[in-house]
Amino acid sequence: MENLYQKLTEDIRFVEGMNACINCGTCTAICPAAQFYDYDPRMVVDTVQHKNDKEIEYLLKSDTIWQCGECLSCKTRCPRNNVPGYIIQALRALSTELGYFAESEKGRQQLALKRTIGEHILKHGYCVYIDEVNTEMYPEQGPVWDWMQKNATPLLKRLGANYKQDGAGTLRNTSKESLDDLQRIFDITGATERFNKIEHYSKLKSEELGITFDEGLNNDYFKSIYNSKSDII
Amino acid sequence: MIKEEVSKRWLAYQKEIADDHYYFARSCIRQNFFPAAEELFLNILKNELHKDIFDDPQQTTCTGIAYHSGIVPMETTMTVVARQFALMTEAGYENFVCSCVTSFGIYTEVLETWKHNPELEIKIRKLLKESTSKEFEIPKNLVHTSDIIFKFRKEISAKAKYKLINKETGKPLNIVEHIGCHYAKIFPDKGVGGAEYPYVLAGLIDEWGGSQIDYPERRHCCGFGFRQYLIKANRGYSIANTKRKFDSMKDYHPDLIITNCPGCNFFMDRWQYVISEMDGITYDDKGYGIPVLTYEELAGLMLGYNPWNIGLQVHQVDVVPLLDKMGYPYILEDKYKGINGEDMGKPEKTSLNCCC
Repeated sequence: MENLYQKLTEDIRFVEGMNACINCGTCTAICPAAQFYDYDPRMVVDTVQHKNDKEIEYLLKSDTIWQCGECLSCKTRCPRNNVPGYIIQALRALSTELGYFAESEKGRQQLALKRTIGEHILKHGYCVYIDEVNTEMYPEQGPVWDWMQKNATPLLKRLGANYKQDGAGTLRNTSKESLDDLQRIFDITGATERFNKIEHYSKLKSEELGITFDEGLNNDYFKSIYNSKSDII
Repeated sequence: MIKEEVSKRWLAYQKEIADDHYYFARSCIRQNFFPAAEELFLNILKNELHKDIFDDPQQTTCTGIAYHSGIVPMETTMTVVARQFALMTEAGYENFVCSCVTSFGIYTEVLETWKHNPELEIKIRKLLKESTSKEFEIPKNLVHTSDIIFKFRKEISAKAKYKLINKETGKPLNIVEHIGCHYAKIFPDKGVGGAEYPYVLAGLIDEWGGSQIDYPERRHCCGFGFRQYLIKANRGYSIANTKRKFDSMKDYHPDLIITNCPGCNFFMDRWQYVISEMDGITYDDKGYGIPVLTYEELAGLMLGYNPWNIGLQVHQVDVVPLLDKMGYPYILEDKYKGINGEDMGKPEKTSLNCCC
């Protein structure tokens, strides 16, 4: 087995976020995730500071590390300058690196994130783009969104946007030159490799679970990880 | 006495905000969900305050949402940020202003990381050069767009045609301000007023005639949670946290909520619609909900802009009750028209009341 604690210490966010935790629980008291999930950032920090690789592996394969909302309210409050949110970032990166993310229901959702906001970046230059957001996937957008999408061209013109046009402005076409820059940055800095790992381990898991896996959003595996949850809260 | 003490604490964190010549970086969320907001900001800067601000067609996302969702490595985000700084340098600017609070947190974190780990800055410079042939200077001043509106709040006030006053009663409007977590919770000294008493929006309320509402969950997160909202199966996290805030503020009878974060603005608007549909609850007395505006939308109203040209009709919670309280002129028939007055139909009715 890999030396997991050692691997964590190679992540600058772990180095910045992990000092000696005194188990006071302040982070848990103010954590929005702890108020919603059975989630306890104090326990996460305490687990990793014990340097027990078996426990860390259990964490990496669990739903727990995916329940944080990364609001980083914990950073403001910890009296010992620990940052549970940073530790979570390092745990998530390692879980993805090793393919452990596919072992938990919430971890498996990484594929949906990669195929939506991740691919939007390389396609549109931004994490979100109006044409990719519909009220089936995002029903809370409400009727005003359906109306806006239906009338996008005349409405966005009235609102001063430069929708689908070249040049500067809101919702413009991002130039090929900029998109190429992003692609090269993704290739050279590890994002493309991470994307590939998410796809690879997700495919393996889909085969194990016997759920149809395909490209895009219209397949059983994507729909299952995007829509389903077993923890009814 | 307590109020004076709190005001003093608010002023404890001062922040340098450049006076002019800004490089502007857009927000992924704002462009889509409130598509008039950024053009309005630029318009106020250029045409009302006569400032120089550059809107670069080559800019992109900072990747912040992807970063906080754990799908891109930190090196990727740092290199994309470095590219944005390179674009600023190429354009001849030194003051960087970003329109997104997540981005503000990202840019600040990258600069702080490089300050404490200079070897990482060297590494990212190399990666940027290798991938794009670009080089960059560190910005002299890094601020959020709400910082700029805060800086010029008195100038806007001097030109204002309206105040945050209930025209009928003559009393100040009750206003909730919500600050995005990544504005000051990560690096408190980088936000006006710090994390505990941020003043960047409260200062607008004070200056423009409104009354701040202090309520127990004032500093609680809106509930975005990145992957907690972006995945439908997790979305209960998001609405539950926003509802916690609404439940906490409702007894103070807010007339308006203002936010400085793209996501917060969206969630506080849209979750009111969803809570109304699911539970039949609205957080005002008349079943409309509490209008939610950005800081520049509010500035636009102060300056007398046509509400339908600055995108106030694309909020799910109707803003008309707020306009009526302010005695603000508007043409209702014009609300859902196109640029040349063409009929575009109307959004379907919801369980929230609407003047449409």
